[in-house]
Amino acid sequence: MSARDEILANLRKRNLEVPPLPTLDTAWLRFEKPAEQFATMCKAVGGNVIPVTDRKSAIATIAALPVLQGGNKQVCSFAPELFAGNVDPALITDPHTLEPLDVTVAEAKLGVAENGSLWFDSSFISQRTALFIAQHVVLVVSAETLVHNMHEAYARITPPRPGYGVFVAGPSKTADIEQSLVIGAHGARSANVLVVG
Amino acid sequence: MSEAAATGHDHPQRATAFIKDHTRAQWHDQALWFVRTKRDRAIDLVPEWQTLRETAAAIKAHTVARLPEYLEQFEANATAAGATVHWARNAEEHNRIVLQLLQKNGVKRIVKSKSMLTEECHLNPFLEKHGIEVTDTDLGERIVQFRKEPPSHIVLPAIHLKKEDVGDTFAEHIGTPKGLADPQQLTEAARLHLREKFMQAEAGISGVNFAIAESGGVVVCTNEGNADLGCSLPKLHIACMGIEKLIPRVADLGVFTRLLARSATGQPVTTYTSHFHGPQAGGELHIVMVDNGRSQIRTSDDYRRSLNCIRCGACMNTCPVYRRSGGHSYGSTVPGPIGSILSPSSDPSAHRSLPFACTLCGSCTDVCPVKIDLHHQLLTWRKDLASKGFVAWTKRASMVVASFVMARPWLFRFAGTWGKRLGRWLPRALLMKGPAAWMNPWVRSRELPPLPAESFRAMMEKRGKQ
Repeated sequence: MSARDEILANLRKRNLEVPPLPTLDTAWLRFEKPAEQFATMCKAVGGNVIPVTDRKSAIATIAALPVLQGGNKQVCSFAPELFAGNVDPALITDPHTLEPLDVTVAEAKLGVAENGSLWFDSSFISQRTALFIAQHVVLVVSAETLVHNMHEAYARITPPRPGYGVFVAGPSKTADIEQSLVIGAHGARSANVLVVG
Repeated sequence: MSEAAATGHDHPQRATAFIKDHTRAQWHDQALWFVRTKRDRAIDLVPEWQTLRETAAAIKAHTVARLPEYLEQFEANATAAGATVHWARNAEEHNRIVLQLLQKNGVKRIVKSKSMLTEECHLNPFLEKHGIEVTDTDLGERIVQFRKEPPSHIVLPAIHLKKEDVGDTFAEHIGTPKGLADPQQLTEAARLHLREKFMQAEAGISGVNFAIAESGGVVVCTNEGNADLGCSLPKLHIACMGIEKLIPRVADLGVFTRLLARSATGQPVTTYTSHFHGPQAGGELHIVMVDNGRSQIRTSDDYRRSLNCIRCGACMNTCPVYRRSGGHSYGSTVPGPIGSILSPSSDPSAHRSLPFACTLCGSCTDVCPVKIDLHHQLLTWRKDLASKGFVAWTKRASMVVASFVMARPWLFRFAGTWGKRLGRWLPRALLMKGPAAWMNPWVRSRELPPLPAESFRAMMEKRGKQ
């Protein structure tokens, strides 16, 4: 018998009474001011929150970010209308070539007020590696896409199949040495998060 | 045979070694308690915490009951998304499957993000024996890998080490300056060292936090971004999971992602919560599903709920015994309260001491995000171990004597009267040292309470006469 059949047969030897699967239609946590809550949580997870009024000021704000100053910066942008990078993700065939990236700019599909995270997936991020391999990330989210909690977030997104999707909350971090929080473990060393509107 | 049985060590012996360095043991206790308090602050912000726990426990109970159906559904959907699903009865099969996949693809170097399952299966030494370079990429895991130690905690693998220890390890292995002990600089050195490994790896191995039956996807949660780098740069991604990781629906992730990080480290969510459905373009995703004793645990009405575990580590952080004895004293892959339930299931003889490394205080049960009745199961294990004859004869004999005495009021009274007298008359050395201390470890670090002048029974009798 194959391992598969044996494991399944073993499990079926014992029929258990099946309790019902909860419906999840509870009235989950909501916030009076989701944008404020998002900003608070985003800061708590190490993000640098920058509120901007509209997309036009987002363009100006991104252009002025310290991480994008100086010559020879390699920038991969998934939001070329907000910032034109010089590494075109559409032309990348081997993600290893993204290693020298200084900054990745990307716009999230939605943000979650309860934990400050942002959703990205392969339907609009063609090279997922760029989100992790760049030294810094600049993330943009529209205030009107903010949801209160993770339940609402999962109701709004459909992880692509086949594909990849990720909630990103702030920069990469670790506390593996004596519980000291260090920002910039393997991924981004900083995350500027622009909230538009 | 497990490590614990092979060396003849048990929890009290290993713990004795750990607490010899009193200052360090105290520091360990405080470090873990700090994580527990972070957890408390995080859950205070979630008014529906108890509802979340109950919902999570109900989802898990339902899933475990219908596990064969959900496994088949997951397999079908994962395959439809382009992944290849493998089944392994035990650790050996798991390791062999992974090795074959690597050999077929000519892989010599792999990067691995944290996976307690691969620790349980001892995958690293197996692959290394076959000439494959394994690099653990989680910072804590890399530290203990350099030191050839197992992780001492499932979420914080190097929590038993001080920054100076890490400095020494890095000086030896990655050439940091001797004496460097700044966490920021040490992490930076590890980042540079591991970037190189990420760039060279020909395959990435990850664990799995959740596997979704309805979509055939796997979810991996990390803070460092190591799973994402390691499973995006190479073409080959192997995800290893125990069969209990299943959840029915994508929507269930709303419940579990809210519980996991808050319980583990007090963060509102992990930095990266990654959803993999099928391979990336031009790549391969293999998912290895491992039983290794889980279907056996499922048959037990007493221990089934231990399969709810989402490996957050909250029970360890709060456990007064874990905090004061360190993860290595458990001699098992998963230490602490949940490890003391899971390990005896696989080998009751080797792990016989673990259910006794517990004060039955119940703190683990209170913090468990999926409502496992941990301290009740630990108590049940004690009973089971006793009936299997896995309890020291000194403990068994004293229980026989105690029940004989307590079943006979006249004897109990007699023993009480003479016990009080002897306790006062006999020299302290006879009561507290030598054979007494050997028979009764409690007196090794505790004083006897002052013996009362009269017994409770005598007091009651007097009162009755008044």
